[in-house]
Amino acid sequence: MALLGLSAALLMVSVGQARPEKDFTGNEMAKAPEKWKARTNPLEHDPEAVTAGQKLFGMHCAECHGQNAEGTHRAPTMRSSDVQEATPGAIFWVLTNGIVWHGMPVWSKLPEPMRWQLVAYVKSLGLTSKDLH
Amino acid sequence: MSYRLGLVCEEKSKAGRIFWVIAGLVGLMAILGMPGRAAAQENPYIVAYDHYMEEPGSLDVEYFSTFGTQRGGNDFHAFWMEFEYGATAWWTTEFYLDGQTTFHDSTLFTGFRWENRFRPLKHEHFINPVVYIEYENTSGADKILKEIEGHDVEADNGDPNSEARHDHDHELEFKLLLSSTHKGWNFVENTIATKNLSNDPWEFGYAIGASRPLRLKATPTRCNFCRENVIAGVELYGGLGDRHSFGLKDTSHYLAPVMAVNLPSDWTLRLSAGWGLNDQSHKFLLRWGVSREFAGFGDLVGKMFGGRN
Repeated sequence: MALLGLSAALLMVSVGQARPEKDFTGNEMAKAPEKWKARTNPLEHDPEAVTAGQKLFGMHCAECHGQNAEGTHRAPTMRSSDVQEATPGAIFWVLTNGIVWHGMPVWSKLPEPMRWQLVAYVKSLGLTSKDLH
Repeated sequence: MSYRLGLVCEEKSKAGRIFWVIAGLVGLMAILGMPGRAAAQENPYIVAYDHYMEEPGSLDVEYFSTFGTQRGGNDFHAFWMEFEYGATAWWTTEFYLDGQTTFHDSTLFTGFRWENRFRPLKHEHFINPVVYIEYENTSGADKILKEIEGHDVEADNGDPNSEARHDHDHELEFKLLLSSTHKGWNFVENTIATKNLSNDPWEFGYAIGASRPLRLKATPTRCNFCRENVIAGVELYGGLGDRHSFGLKDTSHYLAPVMAVNLPSDWTLRLSAGWGLNDQSHKFLLRWGVSREFAGFGDLVGKMFGGRN
């Protein structure tokens, strides 16, 4: 019974832990190895890539990054200059490796073509008006 | 005598009721739909683990069943509920409630487990390790067969519930989970070491598996039973004896094709048909499971307790 209580207490503590930090994406893009940064999106010219990526984003990413990728209190916008000016390869690298110590899980469980579809969607978003100025 | 029998029956039905009340509440929560959504991309394994953690703040509520054939006893249906929570991107914690029905015998609540998985490395590698630690407090009547270790054999589950329920297992279980993902394939290798907190020796076991989605590219439209949502694979698991008698002698082993369907509505269905590979194993284990992920559970609980936003 004591162990059950301890479990419950630790579970409550862990609930408080699950809060990804917000402003880390830009730094992480910059950390991508050059070899990865140089990779181009093999689905760049696939007419369905952006739509499929949008569907995947809604399923796996929107909970934290917002339905329109505008960011939430849990994770940053995908429309910032940090992200939009990053190479597709750098975005793919962050997606694959996550930012584990800052709350973003690894997404290598999605097959590579699906990750590239996500990259295609993210790159299609463009900058917000705030970032354009 | 009849008074004592009455008490036992009452206790058993009470335990069963508690299990079903919890299961009912979880079902209700699922139907009413907690806020937030995040379609899971769950693996199809039922025994083996890959290196992927639950998404931070998400609660995955899972129900599993195992139907097992039993020589020298009655067949059984064991069931368990899992509450899997992503504490951080590198720590997943999970609470289990176990129960079983032995046909022509009785239904019992058989105990609980508390599991923690830690991811020690920051980035993805060719092989990704995860450290797994679990505490189990179960009775000898527990038959969920979530892992096979030591000299676990079919005959252990042949005793009537009235006898088996008097044995108690307090165990610490450690696993090293190794997992690789390459070109859509996932390969896992789990090594198990268990210490019963009484004076029993360390016991060992293993689970290995491989799986792959049936389609690697997503289609642009939402679909339920399309190939991209289906992951198929196989897992092999069994015992490796104990510290005094390490090896395959008097151990049981199973080979099971597995399949998961990840529905866009956050539900995951799993199915596994396992065959015993030697005479010490149950001939057949049919397992199935249903789970739903509740994204934003951590936020919801945080708000309830006046936490940060």
